[in-house]
Amino acid sequence: MDTIDDITGAPPPAAAPPAESAPPAVTRVGDRVFLGLSRGSGITLLVIMAAIAVFLTVRAVTAISGDHGNFLTTFQWNADATPPVFGIGVLLYGTAVSSVIAMVLAVPVAIGIALFISHYAPRRIAAPLAYLVDLLAAVPSIVYGLWGALFLVPHLQGLNLWMDHYLGWTVVLKQTYQGTASRSLFSVGILLAIMVLPVITNVSREVFRQVPRAHEEAALALGATRWEVVRMAVLPFARSGIISASMLGLGRALGETMAVATVLSNSSTITSHIVDPGGGTFAQNIAVYFGEATPFGRDALIASGLVLFVITLIVNGAARLIIARRKEYTA
Amino acid sequence: MSQSVTSQSAAKPSQFGRRRLPRWTPAVIALVAVLVGTGVGVGAGLSSHIQWGLIALLLFVVVNYAVTAAVEGPRQAKDRVVTSLVWACFIIAVVPLYSLVESTIAKGVKVLDGNFLTHSMDGVITTGPGGGVYHALVGTVEQVALASLMAVPIGLLTAVYLVEYGRGRLAKAVTFFVDVMTGVPSIVAGLFVLSFWILILGFGYSGFAGSLALAILMIPVVVRSTEEMLKLVPNELREASLALGVPKWRTIIKVVLPTSIGGITTGVMLAVARITGETAPVLLLVFGNQLINFNPFSGAQSSLPYYVYEQYAAGNPASYDRAWAAALVLIAFVMILNLVARGIARWKAPTSSGR
Repeated sequence: MDTIDDITGAPPPAAAPPAESAPPAVTRVGDRVFLGLSRGSGITLLVIMAAIAVFLTVRAVTAISGDHGNFLTTFQWNADATPPVFGIGVLLYGTAVSSVIAMVLAVPVAIGIALFISHYAPRRIAAPLAYLVDLLAAVPSIVYGLWGALFLVPHLQGLNLWMDHYLGWTVVLKQTYQGTASRSLFSVGILLAIMVLPVITNVSREVFRQVPRAHEEAALALGATRWEVVRMAVLPFARSGIISASMLGLGRALGETMAVATVLSNSSTITSHIVDPGGGTFAQNIAVYFGEATPFGRDALIASGLVLFVITLIVNGAARLIIARRKEYTA
Repeated sequence: MSQSVTSQSAAKPSQFGRRRLPRWTPAVIALVAVLVGTGVGVGAGLSSHIQWGLIALLLFVVVNYAVTAAVEGPRQAKDRVVTSLVWACFIIAVVPLYSLVESTIAKGVKVLDGNFLTHSMDGVITTGPGGGVYHALVGTVEQVALASLMAVPIGLLTAVYLVEYGRGRLAKAVTFFVDVMTGVPSIVAGLFVLSFWILILGFGYSGFAGSLALAILMIPVVVRSTEEMLKLVPNELREASLALGVPKWRTIIKVVLPTSIGGITTGVMLAVARITGETAPVLLLVFGNQLINFNPFSGAQSSLPYYVYEQYAAGNPASYDRAWAAALVLIAFVMILNLVARGIARWKAPTSSGR
């Protein structure tokens, strides 16, 4: 980077001739146009982000001011009724629960896979495996949704019965509607876990790869086993990387639409039994109600979309800040 | 990495006076565990093969730990347990991918034929067999092409700005918001275009509206990958060109971009693959159509992912078959794009010593 500075800026100070003999700085038309174009694109990007916030807010304000319920705490979503009564209570709960389940399941497994690729796998299978994880990330979410609804949900029924039988005393895992297909927040969480797994794995793998060899070799030289190397040299170095990777995955889980819309049977209730069908998430609610929404109903959905936008913005922004801070620290 | 570690643990350990298990021990324990697991499964009449596997896995971990702890000591035993856990994570990752691909192929080939690819849903009863994805294919191709036409120039120029010109606060802000934009949920991008393009500017539902949202999702991916590729271009090339008196913009167009064109193409194709599978914006902005509509600028269209959702939502065996077949077409399309993109990346990869 520094070298570019040298070319584009003033000539290197050591060889700098006296100012008066230096040729006058030439600004060519082509250069100006090109700089203008590329800077313009960068600004366009900022404008788009600002426009998203502004236009969503404009519509959302109309909707929220016409809401006859409490936008934050009302459970049902009757935005098309007169008077309209709707709120994001159920959506907040459903989004949080399904994302938390996804994170709890995905983060440890993703770290395991990343460790496997970077430290444990025989070299010959590590590269194809990394590629396989990339493929897992490339599968469209609607295909995950179709597979989740028609294959995963029926196959989870056994697990749900087993958990109900042995772990039902925890209340959380108790099934009150036995025998129904498990279109529950729990199933959604498992599907989301599968979907965010490659995201978390890819980022953590990159971080594990950056661990200084000297740290690992020092640990090995002291007689550490491989697990001790991982625990003492790799994981401490990669901790912030793992956190930001998880938050990126969380961002994806929060905003996932189709996979949730196909799997979850939505209802406007909050239940502490996460394996019971029912509930909803922001994105799924929009997809489900959009088709028959009135103009006001669409504004209400945009209002809920704004909340989702703000949440993902915070989560992603925090993840990026953690990464950026770490970069400065290591550089 | 693993090489040095394994050679460490496999190096003649006897000189340190510590007993070591022979290298084939885990394999033997695994074999015994599988045999016992199967035996228990058959004996107890457990129907689920997953339970057999779990019994075998548990047995393997416990026996492996006990044997190692007895011979080599507790630290080595813990190491082996973690190794088995890491391997288990890997298997856990492979199982869903395998199951997904397997069930999509197995159920998708049922109705996938030439007829399916060349016919629309015109006049087909949802509960009956027949019909195809032609209208959805047309919609997907047009929407993705339009989105790419908008997103690729903006993304490319933004990346050029960040790498070649970007200094100061504007560049920092753009970098940060590119990252944040990557995380914008597709449905939010759809809602934005809905409120801006359709509700405020008053345009109708159309393929173009969908491609606007797809472009928003595509730009940050293009910027990110192009940026990485431009950073790989050796500075000597830029210096040589500038030293010959070539203006900076011509240096970028004639030297920097051609050098990294392979990587940029790869990035663009991966971005195309990503937006091809997006359903949510299409659901909000294109609205779905049973008929063929070649004009992306007026009237509702369909698209492949939307078609999958629509047929799934219809909820009967015939439409499920169509949904699986369309999903197979979609996966095949995305995977081919992925493979070609990676092929180009490998073929055109800069062969400097840095990589």
